[in-house]
Amino acid sequence: MEPYARGRRLVRDQPGLVVVAVAALLLVGDLIGKLTGGGLTPARFGGFVWDGLVIGLLIGLAGIGLSLTYSILGFANFAHGDYISWGAFSGWAVAYLLAGIDRYAAGGLLLIGAGDGPAPGDVGVSITNTPLSIVAGLVVAVAFTVGVSLLVDRVVYRPIREADGITLLIASIGVAFALRYLIVFFFYSGRQGVTDISRVPSYDIGGVVINAHELTIVVVGLALMVGVHLLLQRTKLGKAMRAMADNRDLAQVTGIPVEGVIRTTWILGGGLAGAAGYLVVLTQGTIAYDLGWLLLLLIFAAVIMGGIGSVYGAIVGGLVIGLASRLSLIWLTGDLSSFAEPVAFGLMIFVLLFRPEGIFGGVSTA
Amino acid sequence: MSPDGSPTDRLPTDRLDGFRELLERSDAALVLTAMAAFYLLFLSIGAILNYDLAGLISILGQVTFFTAVYALVVLALNLQWGYAGLFNIGIAGFMAVGVYTMAMLTAPPTGSPPGLGLPISVGIVGGMVAAALIGLVTALPALRLRADYLAIVTVAISEIIRLTYNSPAFSTFTLPGGIALGTGGANGIGNFPSNPVRAIYFTDPSSAASGTTPIGTAVFGFFENVLGVFRSAVIVDLTYGLVLAVVVVLVYTLLARVGNSPFGRVLKAIREDEVVAKSLGKDTNRFKIKTFMLGCALMGLAGVLWQGFGTGAVYPQAFRPELTFYIFIAVIIGGAGSNTGSVLGGAVFANLLFLLPQYLPNIIEQTFAIEADPNNFIAAIGPIAAGEIAPLLGYVLNQRLPALRFVFVGVLLVYLMQNRPEGLLGHRTETAAAVDLSEGHTPGTGPSQAADASGAAGGEGGVDDE
Repeated sequence: MEPYARGRRLVRDQPGLVVVAVAALLLVGDLIGKLTGGGLTPARFGGFVWDGLVIGLLIGLAGIGLSLTYSILGFANFAHGDYISWGAFSGWAVAYLLAGIDRYAAGGLLLIGAGDGPAPGDVGVSITNTPLSIVAGLVVAVAFTVGVSLLVDRVVYRPIREADGITLLIASIGVAFALRYLIVFFFYSGRQGVTDISRVPSYDIGGVVINAHELTIVVVGLALMVGVHLLLQRTKLGKAMRAMADNRDLAQVTGIPVEGVIRTTWILGGGLAGAAGYLVVLTQGTIAYDLGWLLLLLIFAAVIMGGIGSVYGAIVGGLVIGLASRLSLIWLTGDLSSFAEPVAFGLMIFVLLFRPEGIFGGVSTA
Repeated sequence: MSPDGSPTDRLPTDRLDGFRELLERSDAALVLTAMAAFYLLFLSIGAILNYDLAGLISILGQVTFFTAVYALVVLALNLQWGYAGLFNIGIAGFMAVGVYTMAMLTAPPTGSPPGLGLPISVGIVGGMVAAALIGLVTALPALRLRADYLAIVTVAISEIIRLTYNSPAFSTFTLPGGIALGTGGANGIGNFPSNPVRAIYFTDPSSAASGTTPIGTAVFGFFENVLGVFRSAVIVDLTYGLVLAVVVVLVYTLLARVGNSPFGRVLKAIREDEVVAKSLGKDTNRFKIKTFMLGCALMGLAGVLWQGFGTGAVYPQAFRPELTFYIFIAVIIGGAGSNTGSVLGGAVFANLLFLLPQYLPNIIEQTFAIEADPNNFIAAIGPIAAGEIAPLLGYVLNQRLPALRFVFVGVLLVYLMQNRPEGLLGHRTETAAAVDLSEGHTPGTGPSQAADASGAAGGEGGVDDE
């Protein structure tokens, strides 16, 4: 009778959780039915999973920085999405410049085709066509975003370091808008094509089409994540960061240089955000001033799901959110496909309601 | 920054001090002085731009309209944030619910998208109720969350609302009873009911050619014969602005009354220390939910009056998070927790940060005759090497001024959070007592400052003066 009583207690204490669990079970059942019944080919299913993994990896990558700053500095940084956008624009400006400098004027290339600059098809940027410019762009995206996040921290957040979370949050909204519209000032407000899709080779693996840009993202993303893991686990700095994320006051008492760790946090978080922004453009093929803002809520979803302060939680949360938003397209067909994003937001709200400490039980391992 | 209507030097000092004291004591005087200053500012802008009388009336109508709508939303946000401490950054979403519900209820059934064809009054009430219900759905679970989680939840809900209205899935749909209804998808709803103010002037509110009512004949005749103004639209707009100003006064009074009621005292207690309020046996969550719903209903109303009747069409892009950001700046300028501050903050934002930048380029161009209009940044800064700054100015003024306004407002927000998080009037404390504790004292002098701390002034001061 023990498990039965426990089940009844669960229904009584957390009815919402039970509803969510039942709904999830029904969806999984329906999915299996669709897969076996032929309503959904394995190749199509595989395509959704692959897309979800790619975007989830990027969300996780960007989420590491948000999660670290959230726990170490104690506020939700609404400007994180715009660090991502700046990473994308700075990186692609350089990638464009290097790829097309032999044929076009530097100005139009640096502005990624603003005004009457060269069109993406003419510049022909792709990982196979111009691999060096893509790598150089990635390096610049990381470096530039690190610079932006350090500068913003020095000018905006450091003077009000001891303020409460809401004050810092509002300040970060101000930063977000200033950064976002500086992009519009220098570049443009529309969405523009960047990569040359026609020159990206793609490979058919069991019916699932994978292109070279997605492969690049997976390789770079995984490499960066392993790097972060080694930094956190093997170095003294990583240990200090984990200690700060766990308990800032205790860390300070033990003599950890707080400002130094905060700086490292911005370098790490900003750099990863910049890389993520740059890579998002690589998979989407287009660039827009609000691309980071559009991703930010998904990143928040991932970070909250993984438990704030947990780097590994952010990565797993990113994968879950990425997969959920893409797999929801199995059911959201036709006109309803525009609800893929709201589904991810809804998932985040459910996690906040039923497990605000994250699905991994709030174990913050940094 | 402070629009205390800085009096000119010609006034003798004692009159100047008297005026300052009046501003300290009377919130109505403060707001009216600020508004007079804004009207003067925009009239002089109109004069610089050589507007005729109709143009000047149009400017006055705009100033009144934007001040009123901003004041309305800021008051609603102040109720939620300033009083109950509920950090709502999904304002645009609740406004969208209000105006969309209104539009769907009142649009003609034969239109595209079809509506229910109900009267406007039903639509307005329906819009407010719908916004309040969405507020309830948001607040019920969100109350268990920390303030920053509530912020994330509200902004997510606001985006869900916007994406839902934007989705082609509900562009037109059929209710179970076979009644067709629609949001119009990305195009929104174009056949919005005409502004009720027009019914004062025109026999058929939807068409200005239908002939005028007796009032319309009299008013238009006066403007045509005496002032030589033949554009009836500017008169209608100004009238609508004034009607909105009355709405703001009503909402202000309502909120001031709420603030002074036993209900409001509990809210203030919650804001100061929720645990204490709880330990006194107050069901704080119930109070918070009610406040949140009331605030959302007012946001819905603001949506109807602003995006609905103000622009005459509803579309999802109007409810991007930028709108929420504007309202937040306004409430922070005014100071969270003060109703008068909210009205002032709304007025300052609407006039100085929203309307003024729209007129600035015209003035600068008229003065300096800037012809250059480069369409990208490099083309704008290239000629600087040759000593030409005009292309950069042309780029800034003609191409990128709206973007720069956002940058400026963002920087301003950071500045305010760093240096003056309490805003213009947020330093004032509000009394928890229903009776005026400063009775018999002259506020603004020494002893009453002490009374202020326990406090007088704040929102309730305005009621006495109205």
